[in-house]
Amino acid sequence: MKAMLAIISNALCRITGKNVLLIDLSEYISLTSPAAPTLAQTQRQPPKPPPGARVVVSRSFTDFTPQATFDIKQCDLHRLEEGPPLKAELTREQGLQYYRTMQTVRRMELKADQLYKQKIIRGFCHLYDGQEACAAGIEAAINRSDHLITAYRAHGYTYTRGVTIKEILAELTGRKGGVAKGKGGSMHMYAPYFYGGNGIVGAQVPLGAGIALACRYQGNNQVCVTLYGDGAANQGQLFESFNMAALWKLPCIFICENNRYGMGTSVERASASTDYYKRGDFIPGLRVDGMDVLCVREAAKFAADYCRSGKGPIVMELQTYRYHGHSMSDPGVSYRTREEIQEVRSKNDPITVLKERLLSNNMASAEELKDIDVAIRKEVEDAAQFATSDPEPPLEQLCNHIFCNNPPVEVRGTNPWSKLQSVS
Amino acid sequence: MALSLRCFLRCGKNAVSAVRQRGFHRSVPAAAQVTVRDALNQAMDEEMERDERVFLMGEEVAQYDGAYKVSRGLWKKYGDKRVIDTPISEMGFAGIAVGSAMAGLRPICEFMTFNFSMQAIDQVINSAAKTYYMSAGLQAVPIVFRGPNGASAGVAAQHSQCFAAWYAHCPGLKVVSPWNAEDAKGLLKAAIRDDNPVVFLENELMYGVPFEMSEESQSKDFTIPIGKAKIERQGNHITMVSHSRFVGHCLDAAAVLAKDGIECEVINLRTIRPMDVESIEASVMKTNHLVTVEGGWPQFGVGAEICARIMEGPAFNYLDAPVTRVTGVDIPMPYAKILEDHSLPQIKDIIFSVKKTLNV
Repeated sequence: MKAMLAIISNALCRITGKNVLLIDLSEYISLTSPAAPTLAQTQRQPPKPPPGARVVVSRSFTDFTPQATFDIKQCDLHRLEEGPPLKAELTREQGLQYYRTMQTVRRMELKADQLYKQKIIRGFCHLYDGQEACAAGIEAAINRSDHLITAYRAHGYTYTRGVTIKEILAELTGRKGGVAKGKGGSMHMYAPYFYGGNGIVGAQVPLGAGIALACRYQGNNQVCVTLYGDGAANQGQLFESFNMAALWKLPCIFICENNRYGMGTSVERASASTDYYKRGDFIPGLRVDGMDVLCVREAAKFAADYCRSGKGPIVMELQTYRYHGHSMSDPGVSYRTREEIQEVRSKNDPITVLKERLLSNNMASAEELKDIDVAIRKEVEDAAQFATSDPEPPLEQLCNHIFCNNPPVEVRGTNPWSKLQSVS
Repeated sequence: MALSLRCFLRCGKNAVSAVRQRGFHRSVPAAAQVTVRDALNQAMDEEMERDERVFLMGEEVAQYDGAYKVSRGLWKKYGDKRVIDTPISEMGFAGIAVGSAMAGLRPICEFMTFNFSMQAIDQVINSAAKTYYMSAGLQAVPIVFRGPNGASAGVAAQHSQCFAAWYAHCPGLKVVSPWNAEDAKGLLKAAIRDDNPVVFLENELMYGVPFEMSEESQSKDFTIPIGKAKIERQGNHITMVSHSRFVGHCLDAAAVLAKDGIECEVINLRTIRPMDVESIEASVMKTNHLVTVEGGWPQFGVGAEICARIMEGPAFNYLDAPVTRVTGVDIPMPYAKILEDHSLPQIKDIIFSVKKTLNV
């Protein structure tokens, strides 16, 4: 405990530039023990702080609330008698983990924004900040061996599915250390049980239903989470997928991340019905507050249980919001007001919502969360360093990975004398 | 048993295939007559038996036994799990097939004809063909897209297009176009075992045509390598390159030309992509003349690609005349029989083109 306080105290000194002394109050005040009277007799006086120092009080970790139950918003239901529970349990560990995850995604996306503006990232870059609770909540509800596929706003899920920040940023900057060796870019990142990252709007939905078919075929009790946006919700291939998934009872959780805008078109201007959770028609659906990680988690758990029980697919609409425009080439303010963005940020930010819950229920301290922030910033900064300094993929690898498990083939270059090699 | 014996004595060689159709486990005779349809059926049956990840999906493939009866008997043998009737949703079920391949299965996705594959072409190209490259080798897509391609008989413009050039244009795909029963069986087995997306272009008019299949080709492990052409007929005067049904036309034309003393070398491409240009070059360096024959349209077609490749390679210097392309007429396919007959290469067109190329 003393060592911990010393470390933190040193850190605070460095950060604030002031002399700071941390003392462990538990030696002087017992907050929980009924044997306080006996302690009082042996109580010591707190040490006198050195001149010019400020005393910052810390509490030992045993004083935090280990677990709490929170009321969460009720979900709107379609063809369901019952929905997810109205209360969510959260342990301190989980709270810190969700906080870490969301904050990491947030900082990673903001770093990508920065790198894009510096022209170190090129092409398409669709950022996820504002929607973190969706990725974090879903991952908390499913197993690592469940499957997940999404569209192009994929960096958050790439992270929650296990790819490191380093590999994500290096892929964005097109370096050989990227998760796809620099050959995929923002929209084409893959990992075990994570199928990207898909550029064609809506195409990932039949793919997700197919992954679910494989789960059912193999009898492995796994589910596939298939994500799409409010824009993709009007694609015909979605309805083809709904039909087949329902017909064959595929364990597919279709999730619409409704962030209110498909590129520059608001949902009211794109959809005759904006009840995206009902669009599955014969498939049951629920509409969920996508800014609350606990809501998302409980709903996703409910959905996963539903699918695993063999009842077939289910549709989930997550009402969420993106702070950035559609992509980095869209300022995002021509079709919505800055006031709207600001309002969501101040009232509904997923990280703030969780933070306030943790603090007001004594599940974490402000300093602790701040330390996490600092650590994450450093991690993201290190990853960005790597992503800007790692070399680009070597030209010899230009033609590789055309075919899998294939003997090397010759590939025509830009002119007949340019004969390139492709290995699997 | 007595019945089949009587059949055999009465009907001669046709009876052999009749007997074959009745069961799947049969003793292996020496060379036998097998239709292309049965060869495809055997290929799928054997591969499904060999690997339980292999399954078939498409419209009418299960309970209807296949729109062209290619999958006859498979549903009865393997059941709903492995032979799946889909609704009429090409984009959806092609995507589902690709997704299942990504997650570890080995689907055979049937398009009732490749004309309908246009509905799903995004899934074939963007989700299947490009994924291994985009993921730098992390995500393979072992899938076969198969079905009849090109002109049939009297089905008019929307049902008669040849897609060989369209699919062969795209890196990441293998495109295969069998001609006879041996091609059909060996190449389909190879395609199913291949860990990459393969577009398998069949031909409806060939389904019912019987061919002799060697004993070797009837083995359960018989495969034909994808990417290798076959010389169907040796010759010294001119090389003819073709694929699918028109290989037969080339051989018929060669028989007629032989009477005039012109010996044609007929090459059956078997695979459109990757194309076996080396075999064509070796032949051209021997014969000095080249004619390509295909059912598809001339512009940007298979013949056009062969011309370009020959020009870029060593065989150009051996040509005594420019390469000639014999192709379908550059129009949507008409319906009336006389018009349809004149929309595709006939034997006389091939003979005429050979003689023009040889300047005789």
